[in-house]
Amino acid sequence: MAYLELKNIEKTFGNVRVIRGVDLQIRQGEFIVFVGPSGCGKSTLLRLIAGLEETTAGTLLLDGRDITELPSSQRDLAMVFQSYALYPHMSVFENMSFALKLAKVDPAIIAQKVQRAAQILNLTSYLERTPKELSGGQRQRVAIGRAIVRAPKVFLFDEPLSNLDAALRGQTRIEIAKLHRDLGATTIYVTHDQVEAMTLADRVVVLRDGKIEQVGTPLELYDRPANQFVAQFIGTPQMNVLAASALQSLVQGCGIAVEPDGYLGLRPEDIALCAPGQGQLGARVDLVEALGAETLIYVTTDNGVAMVARQNERSHLGVGMATGLVLDVDAAHVFDAQGRVTRSGKARASKGH
Amino acid sequence: MAQRSKYPMTLLLRSALAWAVALLLFFPLGWLVLTAFKSELQAIAVPPLLLFRPTLENFSIVQERSDYLLYAQNSLITSAVSTLLGLALAFPAAYAMAFFRVRYTKNILMWMLSTKMMPAVGALVPVYVMAQSSGLLDSRTALVIVFTLSNLPIMVWMLFSYLKEIPHEILEAARMDGATLWQEFRRVLLPLTLGGLASTGLLCLVLSWNEAFWSLNLSAAKAGTLATLIASYSSPEGLFWSKLSAASFMAIAPIVVFGWFCQKQLVQGLTFGAVK
Repeated sequence: MAYLELKNIEKTFGNVRVIRGVDLQIRQGEFIVFVGPSGCGKSTLLRLIAGLEETTAGTLLLDGRDITELPSSQRDLAMVFQSYALYPHMSVFENMSFALKLAKVDPAIIAQKVQRAAQILNLTSYLERTPKELSGGQRQRVAIGRAIVRAPKVFLFDEPLSNLDAALRGQTRIEIAKLHRDLGATTIYVTHDQVEAMTLADRVVVLRDGKIEQVGTPLELYDRPANQFVAQFIGTPQMNVLAASALQSLVQGCGIAVEPDGYLGLRPEDIALCAPGQGQLGARVDLVEALGAETLIYVTTDNGVAMVARQNERSHLGVGMATGLVLDVDAAHVFDAQGRVTRSGKARASKGH
Repeated sequence: MAQRSKYPMTLLLRSALAWAVALLLFFPLGWLVLTAFKSELQAIAVPPLLLFRPTLENFSIVQERSDYLLYAQNSLITSAVSTLLGLALAFPAAYAMAFFRVRYTKNILMWMLSTKMMPAVGALVPVYVMAQSSGLLDSRTALVIVFTLSNLPIMVWMLFSYLKEIPHEILEAARMDGATLWQEFRRVLLPLTLGGLASTGLLCLVLSWNEAFWSLNLSAAKAGTLATLIASYSSPEGLFWSKLSAASFMAIAPIVVFGWFCQKQLVQGLTFGAVK
């Protein structure tokens, strides 16, 4: 049975339908990530679950209880805000104990719980400081600590890493993953960063314009996207999606069924470069991005299609040089004119010892 | 901080100008204080006397002739009560406008401010009639009501500008932590806006204390405030300069002393939001 269930959730602001009929079931202990482009409604959906906005229609069920009409304070959920939202006039200890104090928990028990959370998050030496005496990363940990102390039914994270610098983001991401592994709490995490989505989630919910495009494990979304939007949203660099009309000869030659106005999708790692004149397509190099561990090569094919290829080796190609492209057709995804997938590429091999 | 100038002459002139302006502004009050300690003859001397033997007779005459303590008490009560009442009304209004903004919020705020732009005398007749027909003439109640309503727009505006500096996520966090509206107010909002409440309250205290127009028109012997006291010294019998000065001095002394101790909050209240 679902631990948290969203049934036909609708939200309208004035005349604008921001959330349109969202259905979702979340199991206990799952780490769910809401991901999508700006304005897709992921933060709004989170706030609806939290109770900070009222649903226009639909039902929310938590552990069997209908919480749709309950105010936030009674839903037993904890939220970590993007801006941390720490109480500036309280110390770290007071920030973390605030909820328990409101619930009139025994001060000795409060102290114990706060100490435990502070230990987990390495905050024990900062308990007497106020938020303005802390760095961004420390404040973030206090915000998380504030949520942990309450041991809520569900943790809600609203883009918690957006305000951190890149190095800290990577570090904190790992800490959050470890935290979830140790606490096993049900978590809903909102982000626009798909790397966070891929690395943290048990399941990812891809949203666009207030609707769910696909729900699945990160690799399911990567290997078998349900439509063109998900295929191009997940994975960096973006999947190369080419109109069948531009690749007629190739399409006919490789024996895949593509509608005349459909599309062919190939991930950058499924395109290899070879000597000019060989391979299935000829192209000219536009840009080479050497990232160290891998190289991205941006090309334009002879019939004017822009593509990007990825390889693990360094490249000696320069801008303007001619090259040939070898396309791994087995790995191609096929989309119809409306963007729905009609064929998924072969599954990627994984390597054990 | 005075800017460093390459030309000490400019700096000197600037300082001199600043001093001149300050003395000019202070002069009426300073002269008032001096005159309060002169006898009537000394007060009307030509040329005006700067050095003289001071006397305290004016203060005792003022206290004898009219009950200073009663007027002072009325001033204190009407100012304090109207300030507290005003804060109690203005705070929820400012809270609603700061955290639950709608399309019309700006218009409402502007409208409130616009009511302060009308000269008080424009509302004199209706207010007087209302006070009279409800039997509240010459009562502290009438003054408290009028003071509260006069200062309400300013209080709402000032509290609004303090409250909108508070990020609304903090209040949402409090709600997620289980706070009811009252707890949100008492544990989170109040500590963060205490400075703002103090500044607003002080400003309104000062405004109510100095309020002369309504005090003179709506009150007489029983509920008269210190403004009434001062006015009673410019009578058909003639102007008693030194007694008038003594009465004025006794009227403004309490609030000046009070303001001196709270000047930091007062300045903050008046200039807050002026510079982002």
